[in-house]
Amino acid sequence: MRKFGFSISQTRSIDLDQIDFSCLDELREAVPTFMVCINCGACTATCSAQQFSDFNIRKIKTMLMQGQYEGLAKQLDKCMLCGKCTLVCPREVNLRNSIVNMRRILTKKNK
Amino acid sequence: MMNYFSPFVLPFVLGTFVLLGICVFKYIRWYMSFDRVQRSKVKKNILSLKFLPAIWEAILECLFHRKVFRRNLVLGYMHSSIAFGWFLLILVGAIEAEVCIHGSKPFWVAIFYRFFVHEHPTTTSVVFANIMDALLLVVLSGVMLAVIKMVYSKIVGMRRVTKHVLFDRFAKFSLWFIFPLRLLAESYTAAYYGNGGFMTQALGNLFAPIYHEYVEMAFWTMYSICLAVFFVSMPFSRYMHIFTEVFLIFFRRMGVTEGDEKTGYTMYELSACSRCGICIDNCPMDKQLGVQGVQSVYLLRDVRYKRGTEEVANQCLMCQRCSSDCPVGLDLMTIRRQVRTKESALDASGNYSYADNIQAFNSVGRVLYFGGCMSHLTPGITESMIKIFEAVDQNYWYMDKNRTICCGRPLLQQGFLKQAKDLRLKNQSMIIKSKAKLLVTSCPICYQSFTKEYNLPIKVMHHTEYIAGLIKSGRLKLRKDDLKVVYHDPCELGRGCGIYNEPREVLKSVSTLVKAKYEKEKSLCCGFNLGSTVLTMEQQTKVRDAAVESLMDKNPDLIATACPMCKKAFNHATTLQVKDVAEIVAENII
Ligand code: SF4
Ligand code: SF4
Ligand code: SF4
Ligand code: SF4
Ligand code: SF4
Repeated sequence: MRKFGFSISQTRSIDLDQIDFSCLDELREAVPTFMVCINCGACTATCSAQQFSDFNIRKIKTMLMQGQYEGLAKQLDKCMLCGKCTLVCPREVNLRNSIVNMRRILTKKNK
Repeated sequence: MMNYFSPFVLPFVLGTFVLLGICVFKYIRWYMSFDRVQRSKVKKNILSLKFLPAIWEAILECLFHRKVFRRNLVLGYMHSSIAFGWFLLILVGAIEAEVCIHGSKPFWVAIFYRFFVHEHPTTTSVVFANIMDALLLVVLSGVMLAVIKMVYSKIVGMRRVTKHVLFDRFAKFSLWFIFPLRLLAESYTAAYYGNGGFMTQALGNLFAPIYHEYVEMAFWTMYSICLAVFFVSMPFSRYMHIFTEVFLIFFRRMGVTEGDEKTGYTMYELSACSRCGICIDNCPMDKQLGVQGVQSVYLLRDVRYKRGTEEVANQCLMCQRCSSDCPVGLDLMTIRRQVRTKESALDASGNYSYADNIQAFNSVGRVLYFGGCMSHLTPGITESMIKIFEAVDQNYWYMDKNRTICCGRPLLQQGFLKQAKDLRLKNQSMIIKSKAKLLVTSCPICYQSFTKEYNLPIKVMHHTEYIAGLIKSGRLKLRKDDLKVVYHDPCELGRGCGIYNEPREVLKSVSTLVKAKYEKEKSLCCGFNLGSTVLTMEQQTKVRDAAVESLMDKNPDLIATACPMCKKAFNHATTLQVKDVAEIVAENII
């Protein structure tokens, strides 16, 4: 069982001028629908991997959009590619394809 | 002894040796790069009786082209007239030379027989001349059909013909020219010597007034050169399939199968593809979406010439229609998967460690039920299964009730081999530890995975098989209502696992089953198959709509299917209700 409750987050800031958007740009080109997400969270709620772990596909999406790439590749490896997320998405975001591509792009970047 | 040499035979003789040399070299090299499993299969079975049926199969398929006949009579005739016809021309020619010429003779005499042998006709020689003419006529008619097919493919029942690369076209034309040139050469000789059969002599009589020795020589030379050009281009073009298919049939009978990685056996498969284009016609990527250049024929060609790309390999639903249509029976899905295999995805250590500590429930005497990820999006199916288990007082363990470890097939299909294996091992150990004797699943994708990719010591059933068994044994009593139901064959269950009858039997016992326009092997993909990641929603809906339309043929009241994915796909596409076989059964339990 996961623990619920509150904790205090570290202060952090994102400098919009410093963000490296290269991965996002590449992803947008590969999966145009990636950008129409409304962050409703349906994908995360249904996700098979999420039921076992802290894997959170919506969080990964947000982090990628903010240019925070650290640790993302490792997180993405938890996806089982089962396709439930894509099927429930109300905006028809092709999430499975996004995940495969994110993996590809991030692996390339980390090299 | 007569002199059986003339300079014009040289191109043919050289061509033959080059062809044989290259083929032997290639076949040996490919065999050397079989993987360990494949080679051990060959070693184990090479002296067994499995050879005998292979000989028969090779005759039926490589010469007679039985499967092409099944698809379309004219297309079958085209293929078989050229292949079988030419084979007989060579065979009968050799017999003729053997019967009519005593003593030793070089092998090319059989090919250029009429040029070398033209003494006074005997009954035997007349009979042979006529047989050979008849055979040549058959081949010529096949070539004629092939020419017509190029511009009007409907004549052989095909929507589209393969777009060949330049080299293939070159090889094709050299093949086509062989036979008219042979006709000309033989007729021209008959013009002077009168040694032709009904066709060559008739044509020869026309030539008689303009006969000249040099022209005769020119025709025979052209014929010989044409043969040589074809022979030399054969090992590099699609015509390599002529010999390769024979080897492939033998290897297959020995139990050799395609592995995860490209090996020499894959080269045999790639080269056995005749690029006939039969796999294009019903491919939803082409038929419904108009995407060309991605079908199996093109992928195989690209891989063979080392130009295969992941982009092309990704453009496919993995609906298996092409592999069920392919007359050569190539393992097209595995080859596509090999191209998709991701190098970067080969390390999967620890990815799924989150699923390591799941406890198996001791299920001795119980049925193990695996809903599958997708079934969790269609709770009606899993609830119905539970209702059915309870109705027959069957104890069960719903092993993925709260959390599902995916069966791994979706990963496998995208070329994440290690990852898929990781998940497989996790599920497998859970299944074995549960000690159950029977595993029932509601997802055809899982079913295919469990039966083909897992190594399970227990029996696996799709829920339609399980329910059919319950009905047969009388454990489950159902009432029959008078709804008209049409059944959609899911790709993974039908073409993938060959389960066509059980769902139909079950449906017949609860409703009136009507036919769909395309059934069983010919069923259309619902478009939502997990085989593709790159298709857009619009593309998927287009494929889906075509499938729904084909189900409406007999105005059914209800669409039944046996896959959570298909059900989800169809749900929004029609005003009709879409139900899983299990749901219909659960509603009609007495
Ligand atoms: S379900 Fe679709 S729209 Fe909602 S958060 Fe996920 S990707 Fe975005
Ligand atoms: S495909 Fe991956 S992200 Fe989507 S639901 Fe399945 S495990 Fe979660
Ligand atoms: S894959 Fe099969 S059906 Fe397709 S072109 Fe090759 S032989 Fe013909
Ligand atoms: S599996 Fe289906 S979509 Fe893919 S090439 Fe074959 S017929 Fe086309
Ligand atoms: S095949 Fe589909 S439904 Fe079955 S476990 Fe895997 S993803 Fe889930």
